[in-house]
Amino acid sequence: MAAVIDSGGLKAVRQRVHWTDRIGHAVLILIAAVLFAFLAAPLAAILMQSVENKDGAFVGLDNFIAYMQTAALRQSLWNSVWVSATVTLIAVPAAFLFAYALTRSCMPLKGLFRTITLTPLLAPSLLSAISFIYWFGNQGVLKDAMRAVGIASIYGAPGIIISEIFSVFPHALMILVTALSLADARLYEAADAMGTSAARKFFTITLPGAKYGLISAAMVTFTLVMTDFGIPKVIGGNFNMLATDIFKLVIGQQDFQKGAVVGFILLAPALLTFFVDRFVQRKQTSMLTARAVPYSPKKSRGYDIAMTAYCLLVVAGMLAVLGMAVFASFVKFWPYDLSLSTRHYAFGLLDGEVGTAFITSLKLASATAFFGTVIVFVGAYLIEKTRDLDWLRPIVQLLALLPMAVPGLVLGLGYIFFFNAPANPLNGLYQTLTLLVLCTIVHFYTTGHLTAVTALKALDSEFESVSASLKVPFYKTFWRVTLPICAPALIDIARYFFINAMTTISAVVFLYSPETKVAAIAILNLDEAGEIGAAAAMAVLIAAVSTLATIMFLGLGWLVNRRTQAWRRPAAS
Amino acid sequence: MAVAGVPAANSTLALELSGIHKHFDAFHALKNIELTVHRGEFVCFLGPSGCGKTTLLRIIAGLEVQSAGTIRQGGRDISRLPPADRDYGIVFQSYALFPNLNVFENVSYGLVNRRAPKGDITKRVNELLKLVGLPDSGAKFPGQLSGGQQQRIALARAIATSPSLLLLDEPLSALDALERVRLRQEIRSLQQRLGITTIMVTHDQEEALSMADRIVVMNHGVIEQVGSPLDIYREPASPFVVDFVGKANVLEGKVISPGHLQIGSVTLACEQCVNVGHTVKAYLRPEDIVARPISDGDANVIDAKIDKIEFLGSYCLVRVSTDGLPTPLTVYLSLNFLAEQTLEQGSRLKLRILTERLRLFGA
Repeated sequence: MAAVIDSGGLKAVRQRVHWTDRIGHAVLILIAAVLFAFLAAPLAAILMQSVENKDGAFVGLDNFIAYMQTAALRQSLWNSVWVSATVTLIAVPAAFLFAYALTRSCMPLKGLFRTITLTPLLAPSLLSAISFIYWFGNQGVLKDAMRAVGIASIYGAPGIIISEIFSVFPHALMILVTALSLADARLYEAADAMGTSAARKFFTITLPGAKYGLISAAMVTFTLVMTDFGIPKVIGGNFNMLATDIFKLVIGQQDFQKGAVVGFILLAPALLTFFVDRFVQRKQTSMLTARAVPYSPKKSRGYDIAMTAYCLLVVAGMLAVLGMAVFASFVKFWPYDLSLSTRHYAFGLLDGEVGTAFITSLKLASATAFFGTVIVFVGAYLIEKTRDLDWLRPIVQLLALLPMAVPGLVLGLGYIFFFNAPANPLNGLYQTLTLLVLCTIVHFYTTGHLTAVTALKALDSEFESVSASLKVPFYKTFWRVTLPICAPALIDIARYFFINAMTTISAVVFLYSPETKVAAIAILNLDEAGEIGAAAAMAVLIAAVSTLATIMFLGLGWLVNRRTQAWRRPAAS
Repeated sequence: MAVAGVPAANSTLALELSGIHKHFDAFHALKNIELTVHRGEFVCFLGPSGCGKTTLLRIIAGLEVQSAGTIRQGGRDISRLPPADRDYGIVFQSYALFPNLNVFENVSYGLVNRRAPKGDITKRVNELLKLVGLPDSGAKFPGQLSGGQQQRIALARAIATSPSLLLLDEPLSALDALERVRLRQEIRSLQQRLGITTIMVTHDQEEALSMADRIVVMNHGVIEQVGSPLDIYREPASPFVVDFVGKANVLEGKVISPGHLQIGSVTLACEQCVNVGHTVKAYLRPEDIVARPISDGDANVIDAKIDKIEFLGSYCLVRVSTDGLPTPLTVYLSLNFLAEQTLEQGSRLKLRILTERLRLFGA
């Protein structure tokens, strides 16, 4: 930027750029171009579609008005809102209590409890819906018990709500555990010294301290439910929600304009969540000073037992859902012949074409993990650690954070509008695995980016200056210093990409062709065809592969740490 | 002044800064900095935080770009060169050692890039490690060394490629007091042995006074004074310099006749007081008020009473109120003197003001 010069109107001095730095600039521009083409442009395409008619003429808000005048669609909007709100009101307090037990009690087996509650993350969200169908569906084990409490059928709102609670629980839990572990023991000691009651401590110290975590967890939960596609599809019956509408409108009726309107409506809560979350995180970090003393809970028999009992209940519920899916997947012919067999696996893999879909999923997950990690880390590095191109940096930063605010369905919708347009030179990518990989990378970009930025910020900011003074090009220091130090973060990012690519449905549901169908979508198709046993089997298989992958990544992490993190260990003297 | 493009004529000039300005948006961080540094000189940039000293160092390094002005190094215009095309070694306050590389790899980091033969590199690194007093530490990681040792390694890395200029950015401020004093002398003697032109940024006046050939005192983005440590201390050019470097008593007075300064009801004989009628601020170092020797008939002797004694070790900081001066004075008295004279709070004594050391500034 041109600085104001008061010494005789001289022109601002501009430093020459070293040729090695130009390489960095070129790569940064390339990453910006990728984010632009595969994130900004598709979103802009939705905006365009929503204000145009079928012939491409500008019609202002007509599509929105037409949408609001359709009673069925209004009903879907209301359904989405009240279901999401109900799930939030149940899941967040439940997760808060669980997080409270994990962080503020002397409960045994904390690690085990935590691991079990995080397992829903390893399977597509529809796994819980399939499981609940086995528990409460038309031929469910506990159907009569359910009828007895006044619920006529699991298909519809009840099934969606209970399945969503199960699948969003780990997301809310992770946020709340983080919020509750940021406790400053000194506050509690001061309160004790003044003879404060336990209840008063809870309401004056604990709750305000976790306030932002609670807000964040509630918004994230609401958005996840609002934009989830798999669960309402499987267990929703005739109960319409926005996420299922959008699919019917775009794929079924080819009504792109109304689809774009729904996309917009889905984007709103996600965008709101995004900005609230940004704001909240800034508050949360500034609350805890460097001098805070970490809180460690004291033993208290009755309280610890109560907490353990509650957690056992939750974990039992989790295991019942997971266990039923696994059990049902091995049952020969539910509910008439409960003997075990692997016929659903055989059927699903061979006849159901899930075998090839599985290979596609593995290819997608591996490519996403590899290329995603490279793009995310190099991008974060160039933003954080290199100089010049100051106009571009904030733009790339924003594009890197934006995907968190874009639900997968909306992103996928944007991809249809943008890449399916015959005039687009990138049209050839449509329905290819390459586009699925890029879409998945963009969809999960933000979490990887934030992980990379956190790791990079922990490095001394003068490494690059020292390298330049020693005339070592930046890429050598990147390779010899930055990359090895950040290796653990890289593995985390790769694992995150891999698991999510294995389990995601929302974005890719719009983009696959018969050749590029992934396993999670093959499961949806099996379920539609009435092959729920095979669907369960395949969902379990995805969870198994994700678990295996997690273990492999952990092993890889251990090996890499041994090689690259030797310097962190104290000297063997 | 330097002549452009004729390096030979200025062969003793290592660095010439002229008309350097730096703006950060509306903030004017550096204002028209003019400075020359000679070959082999040790120069300290001294000033409070926010005075622009680190910005100036980073501009010399090319890590920041000046808004206006030129920089010449050895006669060559380097104003627009990126850091990698300039010739210097730099040591940061944080050391910035690469934590995953061992000491040997850190020190050889810049050498390896020059494709020197392996044997030469090993020889050079061992030489450097010996030079900084850590000959057997090559295989250790930085995290296994103390702060002072890490700073020595950072120094070795900075001079490994034999740059003609060494830049030190508050290199000692992260160390504990003892280590700081030790490393001060080590850096200074190393610099003198190698004869390398060095610029160090510091906010610690003691550090600057004990290490530098010349001190550049900075405040609010301007150079207040450039001079030898003794000059800076004895002949400060502005009230800011007096205040920032060392302690001083400030006395407000009026020149009543040539050679006579009146402060309160006391009249001091003072040769440099010439502008009759002017109101002045007279700055006086505590050590320029002495308790002995005082003989009968000495001028500028005043009676004083001890208000407070602050024990600082071999000497004490003593606050006295005097008969006639409007404000109390701070003086240094040795512990032995106080004991000999059995002086304590409330005791009275005579003090002589060395008025030739008074620094006068317009009030």
